[in-house]
Amino acid sequence: MNYSWLGVLKAGLGGNQSWTPAWPDQEPREGYDVVIIGGGGHGLATAYYLARDFPGKKVAVLEKGYIGGGNTGRNTTIVRSNYLWDEAADLYEHALKLWEDLSEELDYNVMFSQRGVYNLGHSLQDMRDIERRVNANQLNGIDAEVVSTTELKQRIPIMETGAHTRYPVLGASFQPRGGVARHDAVAWGFARAAAARGVDIIQNCEVHALDIEAGRIRGLDTSRGYIRAGQVGSVAAGHSSVIAAMAGLRLPLESHPLQAFVSEPMKPVLHTVVMSNGVHGYVSQSDKGDLVIGAGIDSYSGYSQRGSPHLIDHAAAAILQLFPVFSRAKINRQWGGIVDVCPDACPIISPTPVEGLYFNCGWGTGGFKATPGSGHVFAHTIGQDSPHPLALPFHLDRFTTGALIDEHGAAGVAH
Amino acid sequence: MFLITCPYCGEAREEQEFSYAGEALIKRAPLDSSDAEWGDYLFNRNNTKGPTLEQWQHTLGCRKLFMVERNNVTNDILAIKTFESLRSDS
Ligand SMILES: Cc1cc2nc3c(=O)[nH]c(=O)nc-3n(C[C@H](O)[C@H](O)[C@H](O)COP(=O)(O)OP(=O)(O)OC[C@H]3O[C@@H](n4cnc5c(N)ncnc54)[C@H](O)[C@@H]3O)c2cc1C
Ligand SMILES: [Zn+2]
Repeated sequence: MNYSWLGVLKAGLGGNQSWTPAWPDQEPREGYDVVIIGGGGHGLATAYYLARDFPGKKVAVLEKGYIGGGNTGRNTTIVRSNYLWDEAADLYEHALKLWEDLSEELDYNVMFSQRGVYNLGHSLQDMRDIERRVNANQLNGIDAEVVSTTELKQRIPIMETGAHTRYPVLGASFQPRGGVARHDAVAWGFARAAAARGVDIIQNCEVHALDIEAGRIRGLDTSRGYIRAGQVGSVAAGHSSVIAAMAGLRLPLESHPLQAFVSEPMKPVLHTVVMSNGVHGYVSQSDKGDLVIGAGIDSYSGYSQRGSPHLIDHAAAAILQLFPVFSRAKINRQWGGIVDVCPDACPIISPTPVEGLYFNCGWGTGGFKATPGSGHVFAHTIGQDSPHPLALPFHLDRFTTGALIDEHGAAGVAH
Repeated sequence: MFLITCPYCGEAREEQEFSYAGEALIKRAPLDSSDAEWGDYLFNRNNTKGPTLEQWQHTLGCRKLFMVERNNVTNDILAIKTFESLRSDS
Protein backbone atom coordinates (compact mmCIF):
# COMPACT_ATOMS: atom_id res chain seq x y z
CA MET A 1 0.00 0.00 0.00
CA ASN A 2 1.38 3.41 -0.98
CA TYR A 3 0.90 6.20 1.53
CA SER A 4 -0.68 9.43 0.27
CA TRP A 5 -2.81 12.25 1.62
CA LEU A 6 -5.72 10.88 -0.36
CA GLY A 7 -5.22 7.53 1.36
CA VAL A 8 -5.17 9.19 4.77
CA LEU A 9 -8.42 10.98 3.89
CA LYS A 10 -10.15 7.83 2.65
CA ALA A 11 -9.04 5.72 5.61
CA GLY A 12 -10.06 8.53 7.96
CA LEU A 13 -13.56 8.65 6.49
CA GLY A 14 -13.78 4.89 6.98
CA GLY A 15 -12.92 5.23 10.67
CA ASN A 16 -9.30 4.16 10.04
CA GLN A 17 -10.28 0.50 9.76
CA SER A 18 -8.58 -0.13 6.42
CA TRP A 19 -4.92 0.16 7.43
CA THR A 20 -2.88 -3.01 7.01
CA PRO A 21 0.32 -3.75 8.98
CA ALA A 22 3.27 -1.78 7.60
CA TRP A 23 5.26 -5.00 7.21
CA PRO A 24 4.45 -8.66 7.86
CA ASP A 25 6.02 -10.44 10.84
CA GLN A 26 7.75 -13.36 9.09
CA GLU A 27 8.51 -16.89 10.21
CA PRO A 28 12.08 -17.86 9.32
CA ARG A 29 12.49 -19.94 6.15
CA GLU A 30 14.96 -22.76 5.74
CA GLY A 31 17.60 -20.62 4.08
CA TYR A 32 18.50 -17.30 2.46
CA ASP A 33 21.10 -15.89 0.08
CA VAL A 34 21.90 -13.16 2.60
CA VAL A 35 21.11 -13.00 6.32
CA ILE A 36 21.56 -9.70 8.16
CA ILE A 37 22.07 -9.97 11.94
CA GLY A 38 20.53 -6.99 13.72
CA GLY A 39 17.29 -5.16 12.97
CA GLY A 40 18.50 -1.67 13.81
CA GLY A 41 18.46 1.13 11.25
CA HIS A 42 21.76 0.02 9.72
CA GLY A 43 20.70 -3.62 9.34
CA LEU A 44 17.30 -2.72 7.88
CA ALA A 45 18.88 -0.18 5.51
CA THR A 46 21.37 -2.82 4.37
CA ALA A 47 18.51 -5.22 3.65
CA TYR A 48 16.56 -2.52 1.79
CA TYR A 49 19.44 -1.55 -0.52
CA LEU A 50 20.30 -5.23 -1.08
CA ALA A 51 16.73 -5.88 -2.18
CA ARG A 52 16.64 -2.73 -4.32
CA ASP A 53 20.02 -3.06 -6.01
CA PHE A 54 20.44 -6.87 -6.08
CA PRO A 55 16.86 -8.00 -6.73
CA GLY A 56 17.73 -11.66 -7.31
CA LYS A 57 18.83 -12.26 -3.74
CA LYS A 58 16.59 -13.63 -1.00
CA VAL A 59 17.33 -11.58 2.13
CA ALA A 60 16.34 -11.84 5.81
CA VAL A 61 16.94 -9.60 8.81
CA LEU A 62 17.19 -11.39 12.18
CA GLU A 63 16.51 -9.26 15.24
CA LYS A 64 16.78 -10.68 18.74
CA GLY A 65 14.20 -8.24 20.16
CA TYR A 66 12.02 -5.86 18.18
CA ILE A 67 13.29 -3.76 15.29
CA GLY A 68 14.70 -0.41 16.31
CA GLY A 69 14.86 -1.51 19.96
CA GLY A 70 18.63 -1.05 20.10
CA ASN A 71 20.58 2.17 19.61
CA THR A 72 18.38 3.15 16.68
CA GLY A 73 15.48 3.81 19.04
CA ARG A 74 17.69 5.19 21.82
CA ASN A 75 19.79 7.83 20.10
CA THR A 76 19.43 11.60 20.04
CA THR A 77 19.06 11.64 16.22
CA ILE A 78 21.63 14.26 15.28
CA VAL A 79 22.54 14.11 11.60
CA ARG A 80 25.53 15.97 10.10
CA SER A 81 28.46 15.24 7.80
CA ASN A 82 31.10 17.79 8.83
CA TYR A 83 33.87 15.29 9.58
CA LEU A 84 37.51 16.29 9.25
CA TRP A 85 39.18 13.61 7.13
CA ASP A 86 38.31 12.97 3.47
CA GLU A 87 37.39 9.31 4.00
CA ALA A 88 34.94 10.04 6.81
CA ALA A 89 33.57 13.21 5.20
CA ASP A 90 32.86 11.32 1.96
CA LEU A 91 31.04 8.53 3.79
CA TYR A 92 28.89 10.77 6.02
CA GLU A 93 28.16 13.18 3.16
CA HIS A 94 27.01 10.23 1.04
CA ALA A 95 24.60 9.42 3.88
CA LEU A 96 23.44 13.02 4.24
CA LYS A 97 22.59 13.16 0.52
CA LEU A 98 20.53 9.98 0.91
CA TRP A 99 18.76 11.50 3.97
CA GLU A 100 17.65 14.44 1.83
CA ASP A 101 15.47 12.16 -0.35
CA LEU A 102 14.80 9.39 2.13
CA SER A 103 11.13 10.04 2.92
CA GLU A 104 10.34 9.94 -0.79
CA GLU A 105 12.57 6.95 -1.46
CA LEU A 106 10.86 4.94 1.30
CA ASP A 107 7.36 6.42 0.92
CA TYR A 108 7.52 6.96 4.66
CA ASN A 109 7.93 10.23 6.50
CA VAL A 110 11.18 9.98 8.48
CA MET A 111 10.68 13.60 9.55
CA PHE A 112 14.18 14.63 8.46
CA SER A 113 14.49 18.23 9.53
CA GLN A 114 17.52 20.21 8.30
CA ARG A 115 17.49 22.74 11.08
CA GLY A 116 21.28 23.06 11.20
CA VAL A 117 23.88 21.88 13.72
CA TYR A 118 26.19 24.12 15.75
CA ASN A 119 29.39 22.84 17.38
CA LEU A 120 30.54 25.33 19.99
CA GLY A 121 34.12 26.33 20.72
CA HIS A 122 35.12 27.39 24.24
CA SER A 123 38.86 27.94 23.93
CA LEU A 124 41.32 29.31 21.40
CA GLN A 125 42.35 25.76 20.56
CA ASP A 126 38.69 24.77 20.02
CA MET A 127 38.36 27.70 17.60
CA ARG A 128 41.53 26.74 15.71
CA ASP A 129 40.20 23.19 15.36
CA ILE A 130 36.83 24.51 14.23
CA GLU A 131 38.42 26.73 11.58
CA ARG A 132 40.55 23.87 10.34
CA ARG A 133 37.54 21.56 10.13
CA VAL A 134 35.35 24.15 8.39
CA ASN A 135 38.10 24.69 5.80
CA ALA A 136 38.47 20.94 5.29
CA ASN A 137 34.68 20.59 4.93
CA GLN A 138 34.51 23.36 2.33
CA LEU A 139 37.33 21.74 0.33
CA ASN A 140 35.24 18.56 0.35
CA GLY A 141 32.15 20.39 -0.88
CA ILE A 142 30.39 20.14 2.48
CA ASP A 143 28.44 23.16 3.71
CA ALA A 144 30.20 24.64 6.72
CA GLU A 145 30.81 28.05 8.22
CA VAL A 146 32.49 29.61 11.24
CA VAL A 147 30.06 31.66 13.30
CA SER A 148 31.18 34.41 15.70
CA THR A 149 29.84 34.86 19.23
CA THR A 150 27.98 38.05 18.23
CA GLU A 151 26.31 36.23 15.37
CA LEU A 152 25.47 33.26 17.63
CA LYS A 153 23.81 35.56 20.13
CA GLN A 154 21.52 36.82 17.37
CA ARG A 155 20.74 33.39 15.96
CA ILE A 156 20.15 31.64 19.33
CA PRO A 157 19.08 34.41 21.72
CA ILE A 158 18.36 32.06 24.64
CA MET A 159 21.93 30.78 24.69
CA GLU A 160 24.25 32.22 27.35
CA THR A 161 27.36 33.38 25.49
CA GLY A 162 28.59 35.96 28.02
CA ALA A 163 32.27 36.29 28.77
CA HIS A 164 31.65 35.85 32.50
CA THR A 165 30.62 32.19 32.20
CA ARG A 166 32.91 29.38 33.29
CA TYR A 167 33.32 28.21 29.67
CA PRO A 168 32.64 31.26 27.48
CA VAL A 169 31.39 30.58 23.97
CA LEU A 170 34.03 31.87 21.55
CA GLY A 171 32.27 30.82 18.39
CA ALA A 172 30.98 27.77 16.58
CA SER A 173 31.01 25.77 13.40
CA PHE A 174 27.67 25.52 11.65
CA GLN A 175 26.41 23.00 9.13
CA PRO A 176 23.09 24.31 7.76
CA ARG A 177 22.17 20.98 6.10
CA GLY A 178 22.56 19.05 9.38
CA GLY A 179 19.60 18.38 11.63
CA VAL A 180 17.53 15.64 13.18
CA ALA A 181 15.19 12.83 12.05
CA ARG A 182 12.60 10.66 13.74
CA HIS A 183 14.54 7.56 14.80
CA ASP A 184 11.64 5.06 15.02
CA ALA A 185 10.34 6.18 11.65
CA VAL A 186 13.74 5.41 10.14
CA ALA A 187 13.58 1.81 11.40
CA TRP A 188 9.92 1.40 10.42
CA GLY A 189 10.34 3.09 7.04
CA PHE A 190 13.28 0.90 6.03
CA ALA A 191 11.50 -2.21 7.37
CA ARG A 192 8.37 -1.46 5.41
CA ALA A 193 10.21 -0.62 2.19
CA ALA A 194 12.47 -3.68 2.53
CA ALA A 195 9.53 -6.01 3.23
CA ALA A 196 7.72 -4.59 0.18
CA ARG A 197 10.72 -5.74 -1.89
CA GLY A 198 10.59 -9.25 -0.47
CA VAL A 199 12.88 -9.05 2.58
CA ASP A 200 11.82 -11.24 5.53
CA ILE A 201 11.95 -9.30 8.79
CA ILE A 202 12.15 -11.79 11.64
CA GLN A 203 11.86 -10.43 15.16
CA ASN A 204 12.45 -12.28 18.45
CA CYS A 205 15.13 -14.29 16.68
CA GLU A 206 18.50 -14.24 18.45
CA VAL A 207 21.60 -15.55 16.71
CA HIS A 208 23.39 -18.00 19.05
CA ALA A 209 26.10 -19.46 16.84
CA LEU A 210 27.57 -19.23 13.35
CA ASP A 211 27.99 -22.37 11.29
CA ILE A 212 31.38 -22.10 9.59
CA GLU A 213 32.85 -24.92 7.53
CA ALA A 214 36.24 -24.87 5.81
CA GLY A 215 36.52 -21.12 6.36
CA ARG A 216 33.13 -20.37 4.80
CA ILE A 217 29.85 -19.36 6.39
CA ARG A 218 27.06 -21.95 5.98
CA GLY A 219 24.31 -20.80 8.30
CA LEU A 220 23.26 -19.66 11.74
CA ASP A 221 21.87 -21.25 14.89
CA THR A 222 19.12 -19.06 16.23
CA SER A 223 16.52 -19.08 18.98
CA ARG A 224 14.08 -20.00 16.20
CA GLY A 225 16.11 -22.84 14.71
CA TYR A 226 18.85 -23.31 12.15
CA ILE A 227 18.88 -21.01 9.10
CA ARG A 228 21.06 -21.67 6.04
CA ALA A 229 22.84 -18.62 4.65
CA GLY A 230 25.03 -17.95 1.61
CA GLN A 231 26.31 -14.69 3.08
CA VAL A 232 25.95 -13.13 6.53
CA GLY A 233 26.26 -9.45 7.41
CA SER A 234 26.56 -8.62 11.10
CA VAL A 235 25.14 -5.21 12.02
CA ALA A 236 24.79 -5.71 15.75
CA ALA A 237 26.21 -2.41 17.11
CA GLY A 238 27.12 -2.91 20.81
CA HIS A 239 26.97 -6.71 20.43
CA SER A 240 29.33 -6.94 17.45
CA SER A 241 32.19 -8.46 19.49
CA VAL A 242 29.79 -11.14 20.73
CA ILE A 243 28.90 -12.09 17.14
CA ALA A 244 32.58 -11.93 16.12
CA ALA A 245 33.48 -14.36 18.92
CA MET A 246 31.03 -16.85 17.37
CA ALA A 247 33.36 -16.85 14.35
CA GLY A 248 36.51 -17.00 16.49
CA LEU A 249 37.35 -13.38 15.57
CA ARG A 250 38.35 -10.43 17.74
CA LEU A 251 37.45 -6.88 16.78
CA PRO A 252 39.03 -3.57 17.80
CA LEU A 253 35.91 -2.62 19.74
CA GLU A 254 34.91 -1.81 23.29
CA SER A 255 31.22 -1.64 24.20
CA HIS A 256 30.21 1.18 26.56
CA PRO A 257 26.98 2.52 28.02
CA LEU A 258 25.81 5.82 26.51
CA GLN A 259 22.92 7.76 27.97
CA ALA A 260 20.41 10.43 27.01
CA PHE A 261 17.35 12.04 28.54
CA VAL A 262 14.39 14.20 27.57
CA SER A 263 12.46 16.92 29.32
CA GLU A 264 8.70 17.28 29.48
CA PRO A 265 7.28 18.56 26.17
CA MET A 266 7.25 22.34 25.79
CA LYS A 267 6.32 24.98 23.21
CA PRO A 268 9.04 25.51 20.57
CA VAL A 269 11.98 27.31 22.15
CA LEU A 270 15.08 25.94 20.40
CA HIS A 271 14.99 25.80 16.59
CA THR A 272 18.36 24.17 15.93
CA VAL A 273 20.88 21.66 17.32
CA VAL A 274 23.59 22.86 19.71
CA MET A 275 26.51 20.62 20.61
CA SER A 276 29.51 21.27 22.78
CA ASN A 277 32.36 18.84 23.19
CA GLY A 278 34.04 21.23 25.60
CA VAL A 279 31.34 21.14 28.25
CA HIS A 280 30.10 17.69 27.16
CA GLY A 281 26.46 18.08 26.34
CA TYR A 282 24.22 18.72 23.40
CA VAL A 283 20.59 19.60 22.98
CA SER A 284 17.83 19.90 20.43
CA GLN A 285 14.06 20.11 20.71
CA SER A 286 11.98 17.34 19.18
CA ASP A 287 8.87 18.04 17.12
CA LYS A 288 6.92 16.72 20.11
CA GLY A 289 8.44 19.55 22.15
CA ASP A 290 10.78 17.73 24.52
CA LEU A 291 14.35 18.86 24.93
CA VAL A 292 16.55 15.95 23.85
CA ILE A 293 19.83 15.99 25.75
CA GLY A 294 22.75 13.61 25.32
CA ALA A 295 25.52 12.77 27.76
CA GLY A 296 29.00 11.29 27.32
CA ILE A 297 29.90 7.59 27.45
CA ASP A 298 30.66 5.84 30.71
CA SER A 299 34.40 5.27 31.05
CA TYR A 300 33.96 1.56 31.82
CA SER A 301 32.96 -0.97 29.20
CA GLY A 302 29.93 -3.17 29.47
CA TYR A 303 26.60 -4.39 28.21
CA SER A 304 24.30 -3.16 30.99
CA GLN A 305 22.44 -0.71 28.72
CA ARG A 306 22.36 1.75 31.60
CA GLY A 307 25.08 4.09 32.72
CA SER A 308 26.02 5.94 35.88
CA PRO A 309 23.92 8.90 37.08
CA HIS A 310 26.86 11.28 37.41
CA LEU A 311 27.10 11.48 33.62
CA ILE A 312 23.49 12.64 33.39
CA ASP A 313 24.23 15.14 36.13
CA HIS A 314 27.24 16.43 34.25
CA ALA A 315 25.38 16.81 30.94
CA ALA A 316 22.47 18.58 32.65
CA ALA A 317 24.88 21.00 34.34
CA ALA A 318 26.59 21.73 31.02
CA ILE A 319 23.30 22.40 29.24
CA LEU A 320 22.11 24.66 32.08
CA GLN A 321 25.27 26.74 31.79
CA LEU A 322 24.52 27.29 28.13
CA PHE A 323 20.75 27.62 28.55
CA PRO A 324 19.92 28.91 32.05
CA VAL A 325 16.35 29.32 30.77
CA PHE A 326 15.94 25.52 30.88
CA SER A 327 16.57 25.36 34.62
CA ARG A 328 12.92 24.79 35.48
CA ALA A 329 12.23 22.18 32.80
CA LYS A 330 11.46 18.79 34.33
CA ILE A 331 13.20 15.66 33.12
CA ASN A 332 10.74 13.10 31.87
CA ARG A 333 12.76 10.02 30.92
CA GLN A 334 16.35 8.84 30.90
CA TRP A 335 17.82 5.74 29.22
CA GLY A 336 20.98 4.14 27.93
CA GLY A 337 22.24 2.22 24.92
CA ILE A 338 25.34 0.11 24.27
CA VAL A 339 27.73 1.71 21.81
CA ASP A 340 30.60 -0.06 20.04
CA VAL A 341 33.59 2.26 20.25
CA CYS A 342 36.46 1.88 17.77
CA PRO A 343 40.00 3.18 18.49
CA ASP A 344 39.90 5.76 15.67
CA ALA A 345 36.24 6.73 16.23
CA CYS A 346 35.41 5.46 12.75
CA PRO A 347 33.28 2.52 11.69
CA ILE A 348 34.31 -0.88 10.38
CA ILE A 349 32.61 -1.87 7.10
CA SER A 350 34.46 -4.92 6.00
CA PRO A 351 34.76 -8.49 4.82
CA THR A 352 36.42 -10.83 7.33
CA PRO A 353 38.81 -13.79 7.11
CA VAL A 354 35.68 -15.99 7.07
CA GLU A 355 34.36 -16.20 3.50
CA GLY A 356 30.85 -14.82 3.18
CA LEU A 357 30.92 -13.11 6.60
CA TYR A 358 30.95 -9.30 6.75
CA PHE A 359 30.85 -6.79 9.59
CA ASN A 360 29.37 -3.32 9.80
CA CYS A 361 30.04 -1.92 13.27
CA GLY A 362 32.14 0.46 15.33
CA TRP A 363 29.83 3.45 14.73
CA GLY A 364 30.04 4.09 18.44
CA THR A 365 28.28 7.21 19.63
CA GLY A 366 27.56 8.60 16.18
CA GLY A 367 26.12 6.14 13.69
CA PHE A 368 22.51 7.24 13.41
CA LYS A 369 23.47 10.02 11.01
CA ALA A 370 25.04 7.45 8.71
CA THR A 371 22.10 5.02 8.61
CA PRO A 372 21.16 5.23 4.90
CA GLY A 373 24.77 5.59 3.71
CA SER A 374 25.99 2.76 5.90
CA GLY A 375 23.25 0.46 4.63
CA HIS A 376 23.91 1.45 1.04
CA VAL A 377 27.68 0.85 1.00
CA PHE A 378 27.35 -2.31 3.10
CA ALA A 379 24.70 -3.72 0.74
CA HIS A 380 27.11 -3.20 -2.16
CA THR A 381 30.01 -4.69 -0.20
CA ILE A 382 27.93 -7.85 0.35
CA GLY A 383 26.11 -7.88 -2.98
CA GLN A 384 29.30 -7.59 -5.04
CA ASP A 385 31.46 -9.42 -2.51
CA SER A 386 33.92 -6.54 -2.69
CA PRO A 387 34.10 -3.33 -0.65
CA HIS A 388 32.18 -0.34 -1.99
CA PRO A 389 34.76 2.41 -2.80
CA LEU A 390 33.45 4.60 0.04
CA ALA A 391 33.70 1.63 2.44
CA LEU A 392 37.22 0.59 1.43
CA PRO A 393 39.08 2.91 3.88
CA PHE A 394 36.96 1.41 6.68
CA HIS A 395 38.28 -2.11 6.09
CA LEU A 396 39.42 -4.16 9.11
CA ASP A 397 42.89 -4.20 7.51
CA ARG A 398 43.55 -0.69 8.75
CA PHE A 399 44.30 -2.08 12.20
CA THR A 400 47.15 -4.07 10.67
CA THR A 401 48.46 -1.48 8.21
CA GLY A 402 48.09 1.38 10.66
CA ALA A 403 46.05 3.50 8.20
CA LEU A 404 43.64 4.70 10.89
CA ILE A 405 41.25 7.56 10.20
CA ASP A 406 41.59 9.57 13.36
CA GLU A 407 38.30 11.37 13.82
CA HIS A 408 38.73 11.81 17.59
CA GLY A 409 37.92 15.27 18.78
CA ALA A 410 38.92 16.88 15.52
CA ALA A 411 35.44 16.46 14.09
CA GLY A 412 33.67 16.90 17.38
CA VAL A 413 32.74 13.27 16.95
CA ALA A 414 30.63 13.04 20.07
CA HIS A 415 27.56 12.32 17.97
CA MET B 1 26.87 3.31 39.30
CA PHE B 2 28.50 0.74 41.55
CA LEU B 3 30.87 0.55 44.47
CA ILE B 4 34.42 -0.74 44.27
CA THR B 5 36.52 -1.75 47.25
CA CYS B 6 40.12 -0.78 46.68
CA PRO B 7 42.26 -3.69 47.90
CA TYR B 8 44.79 -1.19 49.27
CA CYS B 9 42.46 1.32 50.97
CA GLY B 10 39.95 -1.35 51.94
CA GLU B 11 36.79 0.72 51.77
CA ALA B 12 33.84 0.49 49.36
CA ARG B 13 33.77 3.74 47.37
CA GLU B 14 31.83 5.11 44.40
CA GLU B 15 33.01 4.05 40.96
CA GLN B 16 33.61 7.74 40.14
CA GLU B 17 36.62 7.73 42.48
CA PHE B 18 38.29 5.21 40.18
CA SER B 19 39.37 5.16 36.53
CA TYR B 20 38.62 2.27 34.26
CA ALA B 21 41.84 1.08 32.63
CA GLY B 22 40.74 -1.60 30.15
CA GLU B 23 40.90 -5.36 29.91
CA ALA B 24 43.37 -6.98 32.30
CA LEU B 25 46.25 -9.32 31.51
CA ILE B 26 46.81 -8.24 27.90
CA LYS B 27 50.25 -9.61 27.00
CA ARG B 28 52.56 -7.27 25.13
CA ALA B 29 53.40 -8.67 21.71
CA PRO B 30 57.10 -9.36 21.10
CA LEU B 31 59.01 -6.73 19.13
CA ASP B 32 59.64 -9.17 16.27
CA SER B 33 55.93 -9.94 15.86
CA SER B 34 54.22 -9.56 12.50
CA ASP B 35 52.05 -6.54 11.69
CA ALA B 36 48.95 -8.68 12.20
CA GLU B 37 50.10 -9.85 15.66
CA TRP B 38 51.07 -6.31 16.65
CA GLY B 39 47.74 -4.91 15.43
CA ASP B 40 45.91 -7.61 17.35
CA TYR B 41 47.79 -6.75 20.54
CA LEU B 42 47.36 -3.02 20.09
CA PHE B 43 43.74 -2.76 18.97
CA ASN B 44 41.73 -5.98 19.26
CA ARG B 45 39.86 -6.75 22.46
CA ASN B 46 37.78 -9.70 23.68
CA ASN B 47 35.06 -7.27 24.75
CA THR B 48 33.31 -10.20 26.44
CA LYS B 49 29.72 -9.94 27.62
CA GLY B 50 29.28 -11.13 31.22
CA PRO B 51 32.06 -11.71 33.75
CA THR B 52 35.25 -9.90 32.71
CA LEU B 53 38.60 -9.23 34.32
CA GLU B 54 39.52 -5.58 34.04
CA GLN B 55 41.97 -3.01 35.42
CA TRP B 56 40.92 -0.10 37.58
CA GLN B 57 42.98 2.64 39.15
CA HIS B 58 42.08 4.30 42.45
CA THR B 59 42.70 7.70 40.86
CA LEU B 60 41.26 9.89 43.60
CA GLY B 61 42.64 7.68 46.38
CA CYS B 62 45.91 5.78 46.62
CA ARG B 63 46.38 5.85 42.78
CA LYS B 64 47.24 2.15 42.68
CA LEU B 65 46.17 -0.16 39.83
CA PHE B 66 44.43 -3.46 40.56
CA MET B 67 42.07 -5.95 38.93
CA VAL B 68 38.32 -6.21 39.22
CA GLU B 69 36.24 -9.14 38.05
CA ARG B 70 32.88 -7.65 37.13
CA ASN B 71 29.78 -8.97 35.45
CA ASN B 72 29.45 -6.19 32.90
CA VAL B 73 25.76 -6.89 32.29
CA THR B 74 24.61 -6.58 35.92
CA ASN B 75 27.59 -4.55 37.22
CA ASP B 76 28.01 -7.04 40.08
CA ILE B 77 31.59 -7.09 41.35
CA LEU B 78 32.65 -10.74 41.57
CA ALA B 79 36.23 -10.44 42.85
CA ILE B 80 38.98 -7.93 43.41
CA LYS B 81 42.60 -8.94 42.93
CA THR B 82 45.96 -7.24 43.20
CA PHE B 83 48.72 -7.75 40.65
CA GLU B 84 50.96 -8.89 43.51
CA SER B 85 48.64 -11.86 44.01
CA LEU B 86 49.52 -13.01 40.47
CA ARG B 87 53.21 -12.93 41.29
CA SER B 88 52.81 -15.16 44.37
CA ASP B 89 50.72 -17.60 42.27
CA SER B 90 53.56 -18.36 39.90
C1 LIG C 1 22.11 7.63 23.94
C2 LIG C 1 22.62 7.58 22.54
C3 LIG C 1 22.68 8.74 21.77
C4 LIG C 1 23.14 8.73 20.46
N1 LIG C 1 23.08 9.87 19.73
C5 LIG C 1 23.40 9.86 18.42
C6 LIG C 1 23.22 11.03 17.62
O1 LIG C 1 22.74 12.07 18.07
N2 LIG C 1 23.60 10.97 16.30
C7 LIG C 1 24.13 9.85 15.75
O2 LIG C 1 24.48 9.88 14.57
N3 LIG C 1 24.28 8.71 16.48
C8 LIG C 1 23.93 8.69 17.80
N4 LIG C 1 24.08 7.53 18.55
C9 LIG C 1 24.69 6.33 17.95
C10 LIG C 1 23.69 5.55 17.11
O3 LIG C 1 22.54 5.30 17.86
C11 LIG C 1 24.28 4.21 16.65
O4 LIG C 1 25.57 4.39 16.10
C12 LIG C 1 23.39 3.57 15.60
O5 LIG C 1 22.05 3.57 16.01
C13 LIG C 1 23.84 2.17 15.32
O6 LIG C 1 22.87 1.60 14.45
P1 LIG C 1 22.68 0.08 14.37
O7 LIG C 1 21.54 -0.21 13.48
O8 LIG C 1 23.99 -0.51 14.02
O9 LIG C 1 22.41 -0.34 15.89
P2 LIG C 1 21.16 -0.89 16.72
O10 LIG C 1 19.93 -0.11 16.49
O11 LIG C 1 21.64 -1.05 18.12
O12 LIG C 1 20.91 -2.29 16.06
C14 LIG C 1 21.63 -3.48 16.38
C15 LIG C 1 20.61 -4.56 16.60
O13 LIG C 1 21.26 -5.82 16.68
C16 LIG C 1 20.49 -6.64 17.50
N5 LIG C 1 21.28 -7.80 17.93
C17 LIG C 1 22.37 -7.80 18.73
N6 LIG C 1 22.81 -9.06 18.93
C18 LIG C 1 21.97 -9.87 18.22
C19 LIG C 1 21.90 -11.29 18.03
N7 LIG C 1 22.78 -12.14 18.60
N8 LIG C 1 20.92 -11.78 17.23
C20 LIG C 1 20.01 -10.96 16.65
N9 LIG C 1 20.03 -9.62 16.80
C21 LIG C 1 21.00 -9.08 17.57
C22 LIG C 1 20.10 -5.70 18.64
O14 LIG C 1 18.98 -6.16 19.36
C23 LIG C 1 19.84 -4.39 17.90
O15 LIG C 1 18.47 -4.17 17.62
C24 LIG C 1 23.62 7.51 19.89
C25 LIG C 1 23.58 6.34 20.65
C26 LIG C 1 23.07 6.35 21.95
C27 LIG C 1 23.02 5.07 22.73
ZN1 LIG D 1 43.04 2.88 47.08
